[in-house]
Amino acid sequence: MVMAAVSSNVVVLVGAVFLASAVEMVEALTIVVAVGHTQGWRSALEGSAVALLTLGALVALVGPALVHFPIDVLRLLVGAVLLIFGMQWLRKAILRSCGLKAKHDEDAIYEQTVESMAETTSSARRDRVAFVLAFKGVFLEGLEVVIIVLTLGTSARHLGLAALAALAALLVVGVVGVIVARQLSKVPENAMKMTVGVLLVSYGTFFGGEGLRIRWPGGDTSLVLLVVIYAVVSWLLVVRLRALSAAQAAVTS
Amino acid sequence: MKASTSWAVRLVRGFARFWWDFLIGDTPELFAAVLVIIGVVSLVSLVGHENALAVVLLPALSVLALGGSVWRAWRASRRR
Repeated sequence: MVMAAVSSNVVVLVGAVFLASAVEMVEALTIVVAVGHTQGWRSALEGSAVALLTLGALVALVGPALVHFPIDVLRLLVGAVLLIFGMQWLRKAILRSCGLKAKHDEDAIYEQTVESMAETTSSARRDRVAFVLAFKGVFLEGLEVVIIVLTLGTSARHLGLAALAALAALLVVGVVGVIVARQLSKVPENAMKMTVGVLLVSYGTFFGGEGLRIRWPGGDTSLVLLVVIYAVVSWLLVVRLRALSAAQAAVTS
Repeated sequence: MKASTSWAVRLVRGFARFWWDFLIGDTPELFAAVLVIIGVVSLVSLVGHENALAVVLLPALSVLALGGSVWRAWRASRRR
């Protein structure tokens, strides 16, 4: 029973970190590929490398300090951040599933990056813009990965496992990126975002509750029940909004 | 000295902007809802010691917040 509870918790943790990291890394890779294609790979790779080094320094500074933080306060803060972040993802995925939001952000990000490169005239300035664009893309998306790994990993007391899941996502996205390069929008992004949203909101509820000293019935296994509840609610919202949109379209036509 | 100050100011502004976009962005209602949810559930759990009620309230209020935000976005799209 205890083994089942521990393994379900670990599976949900690894799944959440892997998928969330993969989504963020796909976005970062899109920007780097766009910069590399239009301006050459040197500035794109330099910007990415400096961003990764900066992120590494940040983790080295912040990571050890988290261990000394009171666990209840940490879990409440983590729970609140994950609830907000998860609900944002889930909301976006639900709206996309109903056609109320464009499905592929990656194509838009690619075009936008290429356009901003084309507007730049001198060669030296183009190199600097390429470096900054790659740096910002990798740093900001990477920072979100770092927050996900640190918050989920420390709260679940499996920081090493969370870091390994993120590293696995980096390897998978990196290999896929090298193979498909421009076909990044073929990744079923919305299904991934919906799954990640459900997992983050479930973790947010669970850790937030523990931070508020709630004793969850069944301990860690209640996390699985939360995942089911949020998945069903999301599906119901998609079904309801699709029906409403179809009814509205029938009235206006 | 001036260049380093403006660099530091830009860094702080950029950091603040990142957290603003990360937590609030275009969904301030979700940020506000989570603060309210934590406030209500902490009253029930830490002050009232009603564990069963808190277990039900936390996910229920989160579902309501999500549903409300999605509904708000749907209504906004209808107005456009």
